[in-house]
Amino acid sequence: MNQMTALEKDVETQKTKIAAKNVNVYYGESHAIKDVNVEIEDNTVTAFIGPSGCGKSTFLRCLNRMNDTIDICRVTGDIEIDGEDIYDSRVDPVQLRAKVGMVFQKPNPFPKSIYDNVAYGPRIHGLAANKAELDEIVEKSLRRGAIWDEVKDRLDAPGTGLSGGQQQRLCIARAVATEPEVLLMDEPCSALDPIATAQIEELIDELRDSYSVVIVTHSMQQAARVSQKTAFFHLGNLVEFGATGQIFTNPEDPRTESYITGRIG
Amino acid sequence: MPTLWLVFTLIALAALGFVLGRQRALASAGGDVKLLHSLPAYYGHNVALSAIVPAIAVLAIWSLAQPMMIESRVAAMIPAESIAENTTVSLVMSDVRRLAEGLDQAVEAGVLDAAGANALEAQTIDVRALLAQVGVALGSEVSPEVLAAAQRYRSLTATGSILKTVVVLLLSLGGFAWAYGRTHKDFRARNVVEQGIMALLILAASLAILTTVGIVFSMLFESLNFFGLHSWSDFFFGSTWAPNFRGDSELSILPLLWGTLYISLIALLVAVPVGLFAAIYLSEYASGAVRSFAKPLLEILAGIPTIVYGLFALLTVGPMLVRIFGQGEDGLLGVEWMSGATSVLTAGLVMGIMLIPFVSSLSDDIINAVPQSMRDGSLGLGATKSETIRQVVLPAALPGIVGAILLAASRAIGETMIVVMGAGAIAKFSLNPLESMTTITTRIVSQLTGDTDFASPETLVAFALGLTLFVLTLGLNVLALYIVRKYREQYD
Amino acid sequence: MTDTRQNPANNKGGSLLQHSARTRKRNAAERRFRAYGIAAISVGLLMLCVLVTTIVGRGTGAFQQTFVTLEVELLESKLDKSGTRDIDAIKKVTTFGYAPIIRAAVEAKVAELGIDSPLKAKEMAGILSKDAAATLREFVIANPDQIGETVEFRFLASSRVDGYMKGRVSRDSIANDKSISPEQLDLVDALVSAGVVEKTFNLAFITGADASDARPEAAGMGVSMLGSLFMMLVVLALALPIGVAASIYLEEFAPKNWLTDIIEVNISNLAAVPSIVFGILGLAVFINYMHLPMSAPLVGGLVLTLMTLPTVIISTRAALKAVPPSIRDAALGVGASRMQAVFHHVLPLAAPGILTGTIIGLAQALGETAPLLLIGMVGFIASNAPETIADGLLSPNSAMPAQIYEWAKRADPAFYERAWGGIIILLIFLVTMNTVAVILRRRFERRW
Repeated sequence: MNQMTALEKDVETQKTKIAAKNVNVYYGESHAIKDVNVEIEDNTVTAFIGPSGCGKSTFLRCLNRMNDTIDICRVTGDIEIDGEDIYDSRVDPVQLRAKVGMVFQKPNPFPKSIYDNVAYGPRIHGLAANKAELDEIVEKSLRRGAIWDEVKDRLDAPGTGLSGGQQQRLCIARAVATEPEVLLMDEPCSALDPIATAQIEELIDELRDSYSVVIVTHSMQQAARVSQKTAFFHLGNLVEFGATGQIFTNPEDPRTESYITGRIG
Repeated sequence: MPTLWLVFTLIALAALGFVLGRQRALASAGGDVKLLHSLPAYYGHNVALSAIVPAIAVLAIWSLAQPMMIESRVAAMIPAESIAENTTVSLVMSDVRRLAEGLDQAVEAGVLDAAGANALEAQTIDVRALLAQVGVALGSEVSPEVLAAAQRYRSLTATGSILKTVVVLLLSLGGFAWAYGRTHKDFRARNVVEQGIMALLILAASLAILTTVGIVFSMLFESLNFFGLHSWSDFFFGSTWAPNFRGDSELSILPLLWGTLYISLIALLVAVPVGLFAAIYLSEYASGAVRSFAKPLLEILAGIPTIVYGLFALLTVGPMLVRIFGQGEDGLLGVEWMSGATSVLTAGLVMGIMLIPFVSSLSDDIINAVPQSMRDGSLGLGATKSETIRQVVLPAALPGIVGAILLAASRAIGETMIVVMGAGAIAKFSLNPLESMTTITTRIVSQLTGDTDFASPETLVAFALGLTLFVLTLGLNVLALYIVRKYREQYD
Repeated sequence: MTDTRQNPANNKGGSLLQHSARTRKRNAAERRFRAYGIAAISVGLLMLCVLVTTIVGRGTGAFQQTFVTLEVELLESKLDKSGTRDIDAIKKVTTFGYAPIIRAAVEAKVAELGIDSPLKAKEMAGILSKDAAATLREFVIANPDQIGETVEFRFLASSRVDGYMKGRVSRDSIANDKSISPEQLDLVDALVSAGVVEKTFNLAFITGADASDARPEAAGMGVSMLGSLFMMLVVLALALPIGVAASIYLEEFAPKNWLTDIIEVNISNLAAVPSIVFGILGLAVFINYMHLPMSAPLVGGLVLTLMTLPTVIISTRAALKAVPPSIRDAALGVGASRMQAVFHHVLPLAAPGILTGTIIGLAQALGETAPLLLIGMVGFIASNAPETIADGLLSPNSAMPAQIYEWAKRADPAFYERAWGGIIILLIFLVTMNTVAVILRRRFERRW
């Protein structure tokens, strides 16, 4: 069973990358996230699980301030990355997002060539001095996205022409091209078939070496397979947070247990 | 009987048919509605429709066909040798028609009696002078053949009208009697009526095609007449537009096309940046409040009639430009570059203002069709909003925006009132936007208003211009709609 | 790669609280871009403001007119020499016969007020409109029993005097003007202070007929409004039923085949055909071929119908499409035929949407000018209001936008003022129609 493999994963402690304290999120009148405290470690895959509408995606989007684009959204509390409050007025969300990359639910390659998709981030952030350096970054990122071998011969082909799984790996390559320190993934496999999902999960495990990865998933099996830490959200509350193995085998909170055994969800 | 009265008679017959048909159906069922196959009103409708629809259809077709039939029969009367050089049968026929109308007016005014009009002989009386008395000016002396043809034309028209009235009335009464006779409680009135209504619906829908056919043919025939009188190579490839009435007009479309395109270009140079940036701001930056305030206000500009823009060009923008670029020492720039209020720039600027909401609302739709996930993808990589718009949203929306610009261009090319009032009347090739120039639509208006003589190339050229304009705008529209549709499919 | 620079711009490992140079640059670009957007919106709104203020500023003057109040002695010796009050004899006196009476009335007024003017009586009477004699004659013919008495009249002042009262004409601007002299303006000033010359609301501008080139002060919009009204009646009577019938067929019954495809493409293209082309069609088909009368509102209405049909069809189809299929299913389920389902259930539910579309189409037709130029609805003076419906449809008339164009062509500031005033009236109609359409849409909008 998956729970067994999860148990066996090593859960050595890493240094804290992101620390959230008393985070509340409001959408207009509705209170979407209630007093969440969580510490996310470096070089670790942290999974956010919970029933639909529990606020896990909302919380994820707070971590790189993607919620800023929604007018009625308001965030209170502190979220610190490497000890710096990302909601500080001096912080530029653009610079923050270069540091905290994001991969979305539906693969969303730009209607440009594969090369230009990956080169987009490095270009806007000015990471390459010349064409050769840019080529190098693109190749490195595509390799990291585990898609280089499939597309190296057709870098000029449009990114939208790839299959769903390839598109998502392209989006991951695109995200790592800006050399982020944290990688946020919002249900990255929900639009993919099982084989593509397996490839992405494998990739996520490799990415752990270089980044702190936070993944939102509605699949408990996936959380168990890829993550070392798991946070369970329910109705906007962070119900339980701990080592993945422990959450899945021995949850402390009865709500977590109900969810895991399929009674709520 | 005048057509209008004929129509009223038919309507009255139909109303009577409804009442009688309904009564007869009820009577056949002994007053018990339940015994009828259909609701009583359907029997009434059946009789009414039978009485009016075929009759109206025949009336319409007859009214359209009669002039054509008469024309061909009368045209046969004109001997080939009496058709002078440089004219055609159709031009002689327009003289005939004009003369016949003149005779009608003379009879109406009491100068002639009906018999006298038919007995006139060109050799014995000056017909031209006679008709001048009742205010009908004829272009040339009336030849005996033309007079005879005109008299024949009149008599055929009169006979045709009487015959038309009789046939239409008989048809209506026949339809009435037939449907009334069929009315019985077991008659499937609803099905018959519904089939009839369906036929009417189909007829209404095909009117759109009829309109297009009408547009194309009306312009095609007159354009062919024009090319019979004037060389087509001068029209398409000549370089001068100089109509006169000595018969050696130079009528080339190129200088007009140049003026049209130049003014449209200036209009687009105003409307596209302003409209596009307005659309970008409204869809990507503006808060809900600003959007719901500014968008309808901008769209008011699109609802203002073009005559208002024309007046604005003529009386406000033109004089303002003259004050800036003209008047020598008294002007704002102290230069003497512009003399009159009408100019390419005047018309172009005002047309640009008119097109702003057109470009902005089309672009707004198109920008909104770009999926939010694209924007998220770009913002998530740390792009600023403007980088996202310039490098992701706009390239993705480009085909749609190109389509919108083409639609705006087609609007600009076909726009009439602003250029009639703001652009001027001089046909020339010039690059100076402060000079007045003329356009295709302006020339159509000027060639077709006032006294038009459908026998002269100076009038007929308007149809060739109209046809060119139609083909040009139609081509742009089809292309634009195709591009926009392809673009929409991409994100559906 | 022009925008890639050697710069550790994402300052990996650096503090988020410090902005890199590149970030500052990018944010400046962002602000500039945003400013372009605001500028574009402002340009658009500014143009709207300029347009509205121009129209209001230059057009409101047309609703006011300068009148001169005079007591006129209707001399029997001039108007009815026979003294028999025979109406035919009175009618024989032309407006020239009335001029001396008016001259005398002006002279008497000036003398009565003790105004010292070097002008001759004829020049004094020059401050009145050329329309004054006609006004007087009409009155006398209508009331022959008043001959011999003294009656108070309010005459229109001439357009120059009116312009002087409205500030359009100044003493500098009339230096080369033969129609008026500074002495006449002095007289006007004196008469104004005596209360004889005054500027009041001018109902005749709204109800009256057009006037000839020499009498801009007497021109009104009324008759052309009737012309527009008759055209709109034709459009409504044809475009609404035909448009609705065509939409019902296309939306509810038409099979998907090449023919309906052609019709659909046709309709969307017709909607974008330049309006002048419809004018050419009207001239060639309705006037040249079918011999309908030139300048008749009926022809104008037919042309505008063809032009409006695509708009009506497009909005009607949208309204029909918005009625959910469940309504049709329910009707069919109780045994109604498809025709009954459409006419009894779908059509009434779609009615507000259809009406809204029709009103918007009518508003569009009301403001359209170009096709009317070709079928001859400009270039003459529409002086008589039609008396019957057939007259209204068939006798030559103008229409509001065509009348405005006509005035704009006359190249006289007094007519320009009337053109702007006419635009105000036209826009009031359009705004009202569009407001009604919006209200209808708001009130009857259904959410299924």
